[in-house]
Amino acid sequence: MTLGDAFDILLCLLILTAAAGVIGGRDLFGSVALFIVYGLLLTIAWVRLGAVDVALAEGAIGAGLTGVLLLGAAAKMDDGAGQRPSFRPGALLLCAGVAGGLGWAVVSLAQPAAGLIPLVRENLPVAGADNPVTAVLLNFRGWDTLMEAAVLLIALVGVWALSPEDSWGGRSGLTQRVRVDGVLGTFGRFLPPIGFVVGVYLVWVGTSAPGGAFQGGTVVAAVWLLAIMAGVVEPPPVASIRLRLLLMAGPAVFLATGIWGFAAGAFMAFDPAYAKPLILAVELVLALSIAATLALLVIGRPRRPQ
Amino acid sequence: MTEPALAVALPLGACLLTVVLGRRASWLLWPVVPASLAVAWLMARRVPTAHALGGWDAPLGIVLRADGLAAAFVLMTAVVASGIGLYAARYFATAVETRRTFAFWPLFYAVWTAANTIFLSGDIFNLYVALELLTLAAIALVALDGSTRNLVAAMRYVLFALFGSLAFLIGAALIYSAYGTLDMALLQGRVTAEPATLVAVGLISAGLFAKTALFPFHAWLPPAHAGAPAPASALLSALVVKASFYILFRLWFDVLPDLAGAGVVVLFGVLGSLAVLYGSIQAIRQQRLKPIIAYSTVAQLGYLFLVFPLAGAGGEAQPWANGAWSGAVFHALAHAFAKAAMFLAAGAMILSAGDDRLGSMAGLGKSVPVASFAFGLAAVSLMGLPPSGGFLAKYLMLKAAFASGEVWWAAVLVGGGLLAAVYLFRPLNELMRTRAADAPPLARVHWTLEAVPLVLALGAVLLGLASLEPYRLIDVGSPRAALEGLS
Repeated sequence: MTLGDAFDILLCLLILTAAAGVIGGRDLFGSVALFIVYGLLLTIAWVRLGAVDVALAEGAIGAGLTGVLLLGAAAKMDDGAGQRPSFRPGALLLCAGVAGGLGWAVVSLAQPAAGLIPLVRENLPVAGADNPVTAVLLNFRGWDTLMEAAVLLIALVGVWALSPEDSWGGRSGLTQRVRVDGVLGTFGRFLPPIGFVVGVYLVWVGTSAPGGAFQGGTVVAAVWLLAIMAGVVEPPPVASIRLRLLLMAGPAVFLATGIWGFAAGAFMAFDPAYAKPLILAVELVLALSIAATLALLVIGRPRRPQ
Repeated sequence: MTEPALAVALPLGACLLTVVLGRRASWLLWPVVPASLAVAWLMARRVPTAHALGGWDAPLGIVLRADGLAAAFVLMTAVVASGIGLYAARYFATAVETRRTFAFWPLFYAVWTAANTIFLSGDIFNLYVALELLTLAAIALVALDGSTRNLVAAMRYVLFALFGSLAFLIGAALIYSAYGTLDMALLQGRVTAEPATLVAVGLISAGLFAKTALFPFHAWLPPAHAGAPAPASALLSALVVKASFYILFRLWFDVLPDLAGAGVVVLFGVLGSLAVLYGSIQAIRQQRLKPIIAYSTVAQLGYLFLVFPLAGAGGEAQPWANGAWSGAVFHALAHAFAKAAMFLAAGAMILSAGDDRLGSMAGLGKSVPVASFAFGLAAVSLMGLPPSGGFLAKYLMLKAAFASGEVWWAAVLVGGGLLAAVYLFRPLNELMRTRAADAPPLARVHWTLEAVPLVLALGAVLLGLASLEPYRLIDVGSPRAALEGLS
C-alpha cells in the first residue's frame, strides 16, 4: 500500500464521517457547517481522481455557494436544537436498497465502457479550446451549457417571484451596516480587486487549463457579495434595466453565436477559424452574467420598497 | 432540417428577452406565436428530420431528432402554449410591472423551451438538463400566487421533483459508464440486461414517475396544480407532466423494449389503474372547481400507463400493440388540449364568480357562456365520449385490451370514463343552474379569456374528428416496439 492509497482510504473515511454527521447532526447550523466540510473533502477527492475542473466547480459552487445559501436559510429557521432526530424505518430501507443497488451496479462495471474521451481528443484541434472540458461544455455539448445558464436565470426569477408585492422593483436583501475601519469594511475594500482579477483569470485560462465561466463567475460573485456585505456597494434594484441586461447578456450572447452557427452549418456550431475568440468572448460574458445571477441568488428577494 | 433547432432556439430567445422587457413582455407573442406555429407545422410536414447541434454527430454531440411522435408533440405544444400565452397576456395585464407580471413570462417560455427540447432531444443527459429547466420553472409557477398554501404546495413539489432529478441523473451516469454513449438511438439494440442497466432503468423510471405524479407519487400534484393562477395551471397540467411521461414512453418503446418483462408492464399498468381509480374518487369528493380538475389530471395520467401492459410482454409479434401505442399518444395529445382548455375556462369562471367553490358557480352558464361551452367540450374529451380525441384514444386502447384478451384493463378504461362523467357533471350541472336572486352578482370577463379555452377545447374534439392526419403523422418513424409490442 503506497502513501497515496493510504491517503485515499483516509479521505473516503472522512467523507463518510462528514456525510453521517450532516444527516445525524442535532442542530441545523452544525449540519450545514459539516456539509461545507463535506464539500471541501469531495473537492480533494475530485483532485485525487484527476478531475480538476470538477474539483473547482465542487469547491466553488458545491461547498462555497451552496454552503452560503444553506447558512442563510438555516439562520431564518428554527435551529431544531433539542429535537430528537426522527427515525423512519421505511426511509432507511429505501436508502439501503438504493445504495445496495448502486453498489451492485458499480461493482459490475469493473470495466466501464471506453467513453468519449478518444473522440473528444480527436476533435480538439478544431474545437477552439485546448482544455477538453471547455471544448465539451462550450462546443461539443454547448446546448447543455446554454440551458444550464438559463436554469440559473430561471432560478433567480423564481426567487424574485417570492418578493412581497410592495417591494417589487426595489433593492434585494437588507441594508448592511458596517464599521468602515472594521475587519469586514477593510476586507470589503481590499479583497474585491484581487478576487475580480482571479475570477477573470479563471475564465481566461479556462480555454487551455482547468477553469471556465462557472468557476470564474462564482469567484466574481463572491467578491461582489463581499463588497455588498461590507457596505461598499449596494445591490442594484431589480427593476434596473442595466441589471437585467447584465443577467441575460451571457445566455443571450451564447444563443446569438449559436444562431450565427447556422452560417457554419448548424445551430450552436463554431466555425473552426473563429472558434477560439468566439468561445472566449462567450465565456467572459457568460461569467459576468453567472456572477451577477449567483450573487443575487444569495442576497435573495427584493425586500425594500423602491 | 433546421426546424428542430428553431423549435428550441425560438422560445429560449423569447425567454431571455422577457427578462428585459418586463411588463411589455406579452408583446413578444406577436412574433413568437406565428413563428413557432410555422416552425412546428413545417417540421410536421418534413418528418423524419434531424439536426446535429454544433454540427457534431452523436455520440460526441447532441442530435435533435424529429420523428412523427416528436413533431406531433411540438405542434401540440405550439398550439397549446400559444393559446395559454394569449390568455395570459390578458389575465396578467397591468399598468405597472408587478411581481407576477414580471415572473410569469420568463417561466412560461422556459417551460416551452424545455418541453420542445425534451420532445426532440435524443441525448439522455440533455434530457436531464431540460427536465431541470422544466421543473424549476414549474415550481416557480406553482408559487406564483404567493400565498402560504401555494408556498407549501411548491415546497412539496420541490421535494418530489428533486428526488426525481437525482434518480434520473444517477441513471444517466450509470448508462454512460456502461455503454459510453448517452444517445438513445445508439443505445438502441446495445442495451442488455446487466446490473448497471437494470439499476439505471429502475432509477430513471422511478424518477420520472415522481415527476409525472403517477400514483403513489401523486401527492404533490393536486395542491400545486389547483393553487397556481389559471394560465400556470394550464401549462403545468397540459405540458409539464406530459414531458416527463414522454421521456418514459420513449425510453421503454425506443430503447428498452426487450427489458419490459411481464412483471414490469403489469406493475406500470396496476399503478396506472390505481391512479385512475384514486384520482377519480378524490375528484368526486372535492367541493371546489380547480381541485376537481387537478385530481382529474392524476386520473387521466393513469390511463397513459396502461399502454405498457396493453402493448406488452407476449414474447411474439402482437397485432394489437400498435393500437395501444397510438391510443396512448392520442390520449396524451387530447388531454393536453382538453385540460388546458378546462383550466383556462375555470380561470374565466373564477374571475366572474369571485371564487371557485362549486356552490358559487350557479348562473355562470349565462355570464360566461363561451367559457362554459368550452368547459363542456373539454369534459366530453376527458370522459372519452365521441367524437373527441379522448374517445379515439380510449377506443384504440379498448380494442387492444379486447384483442389481447386482457379485459380487466378494459374495465379500468370504461370505469374511469364513468367516474370522469360523475366528477365532471357536478360542475357542469352547477354552471347551468339559475343563480339565486340574493347571490353576489357575476362579473363579465374579457372575450379573450373565453375564446382561448374554446379554441383549445375544439382542438381536443378535432383530434377525434380529423384523426387521419395526426394518425399518419405519429406513425412516421415510430419504433419497432410500437408495431410489435414490448419484449
